Amino acid sequence: MVDLRVDDQTVRENSIGRAAKRVTSFIASLVLTFLGLTAITFLISRLTKIDPVLAIVGDKASQAVYDKTYAVLGLDKPLIIQYGAYLKKLLSGDFGVSVLTSQPVLSDLIHVFPATFELATVATIIGVLIGVPAGVLAAARNGRWQDHVVRVLCLFGYSIPVFWLGLVGLFVFYGKLGWVSGTGRLDIGYDDIVTTRTGILLIDAAIDGEWEIFRNAFSHLILPAGILAYFSLAYVARMTRSFMIDQLGQEYVIAARIKGRSFWGAVWVHAFPNVMVPLITVIGLSYASLLEGAVLTETVFAWPGLGQYITRALFNSDMNAVLGGTILVGTVFIGINLFCDFLYKVFDPRLRGP
Amino acid sequence: MSDVSISLKQWLLSDAPASPRQAFLGNVFRATRTVVKNPSALAGLVIVLLLIVIAIVAPFLDRGISPIAQDLSNRLHVPDAAHWFGTDELGRDIYSRTLYGARVTLTIVALVSVVVAPIGLAVGTMAGYLGGWVDALLMRITDIFLAFPRLVLALAFAAALGPGIENAVIAISLTAWPAYARIARAETVTIARSDFISAVIMQGASTTRILIKHVVPLCLSSVIVRLTLDMAGIILTAAGLGFLGLGAQPPTPEWGAMVSAGREVILDQWWVATIPGIAIFIVSLGFNLLGDGLRDVFDPKSV
Repeated sequence: MVDLRVDDQTVRENSIGRAAKRVTSFIASLVLTFLGLTAITFLISRLTKIDPVLAIVGDKASQAVYDKTYAVLGLDKPLIIQYGAYLKKLLSGDFGVSVLTSQPVLSDLIHVFPATFELATVATIIGVLIGVPAGVLAAARNGRWQDHVVRVLCLFGYSIPVFWLGLVGLFVFYGKLGWVSGTGRLDIGYDDIVTTRTGILLIDAAIDGEWEIFRNAFSHLILPAGILAYFSLAYVARMTRSFMIDQLGQEYVIAARIKGRSFWGAVWVHAFPNVMVPLITVIGLSYASLLEGAVLTETVFAWPGLGQYITRALFNSDMNAVLGGTILVGTVFIGINLFCDFLYKVFDPRLRGP
Repeated sequence: MSDVSISLKQWLLSDAPASPRQAFLGNVFRATRTVVKNPSALAGLVIVLLLIVIAIVAPFLDRGISPIAQDLSNRLHVPDAAHWFGTDELGRDIYSRTLYGARVTLTIVALVSVVVAPIGLAVGTMAGYLGGWVDALLMRITDIFLAFPRLVLALAFAAALGPGIENAVIAISLTAWPAYARIARAETVTIARSDFISAVIMQGASTTRILIKHVVPLCLSSVIVRLTLDMAGIILTAAGLGFLGLGAQPPTPEWGAMVSAGREVILDQWWVATIPGIAIFIVSLGFNLLGDGLRDVFDPKSV
């Protein structure tokens, strides 16, 4: 038999030890995955058909100049050493210079990131506010019409191409109904009025008290954010539904009902808190995937964010900018992914061990 | 006639199949019967079969109009009797292009499956069967790939390799295989402990033989179910790449690229972008429905 008489002190020490181990393993997987990501972007930059030497010296340079530049760039060294140099540059924040904007890629990224951040955040907020109650409702009304409606909505969310929904949304709500503004973040004429503090227009406009600009920015934001929110909603509602169905089948829910708790009381007060931990993970994952999904949406809505930056760079063979953007999206994506995984392990009592 | 069908059914459902082939066909028959009984899975199956049929017989359905024939005097024509789905910005018939687009989509789906499933199976079964440091190493690599953003990485790859279907397939496969490695490993870990594997080992079978002849066949069903479920995502990613101009190149009729072509004229000529988009939607819906149905058949736990 296991000795159950463990004093508080030992328990506390054990749990501190475990927490430390968990944090270390979280950081280790973060570092490893980041190394993997940079190794891949490095290989991509070597795979590309654009000759980095030719891009510098031009095609009229003599062979001697070409060879010298080749050596200066370190292209004659073994791949692993080149990768080391590449990593060192990345870590010092040097992503190279964008051919398109002639600015350092890092400062470009800092400039465009807030637009994507604003879009994805508003979309996630809408998605969670609708998706969680919808999922709970579907689970509570399992098998009835409410459940079927939610399930069909989720299924469509998994099947509709986001760029297409964006176009159709633009056609219906902007072209036909005129309820929202068209592409871009602001109407022409509103640009550069508010001072850029956070880069998030809604917040900047609110700080300056420019409510007309706030309204304008909102009417530009709501359609792309709403469309992205639908995809987040589909995922969040589907997962909430399946977590809640699990919980509502448990005996403690019946016990609460027998003790006189109302049906919705049992659902929200007893069952719902138990799904919150896995739900946080799901929301985090959907947030990460929205940052990615924003790439296509931004192209449709001419939203001046990260996605549009990457795709524009792509068509101008601006590999520094493409890879810089990929690393940024990748790092945020990996970070959120692993952090959710970590949170799950920390908060789920079953994974805490004895 | 009915006697033949009854005895065929009995042969298929026999509890004591006389050959592996009979057992296999019997399992296929049982699975098909369960899928067909489920209305939404049946709808998915019909859509997927329809896609395959359309892709094959497209030349007979195109009403004699080539998907790449331009007719500039008839550009952006509204849908009517001559052009059922209208024409695009170069006067090409959208109905015909949508039909042939099924071929492109099916090609991408088939190629990704052929690349992804064997890689996932190889990595997963080896990790699960060999265990130890092989397992740790392979699963660490799998985890790294699993955490990557699929579309953005595919974008960067397609940008470096140049646009085209083959490169789109490579880019998608690169980010899609880890899920299969995980599934195959989970299955293998339980299979490796079974008595029949010990029996084969004692008969002197090599590790390669055990993996290929005994472990892989048992992992196949989960991998196929997962593949069907992932198909919609693969189609959407491929269409996204096509939309950005990194998938199939013009004049190949690819649905994502067709939607992109209609982007400029969405406010006036809605059909150019809308119709190929509906095609993408229906096909991914079909794969989603079929995948859900198959999962219910093969994995009753998850229902």
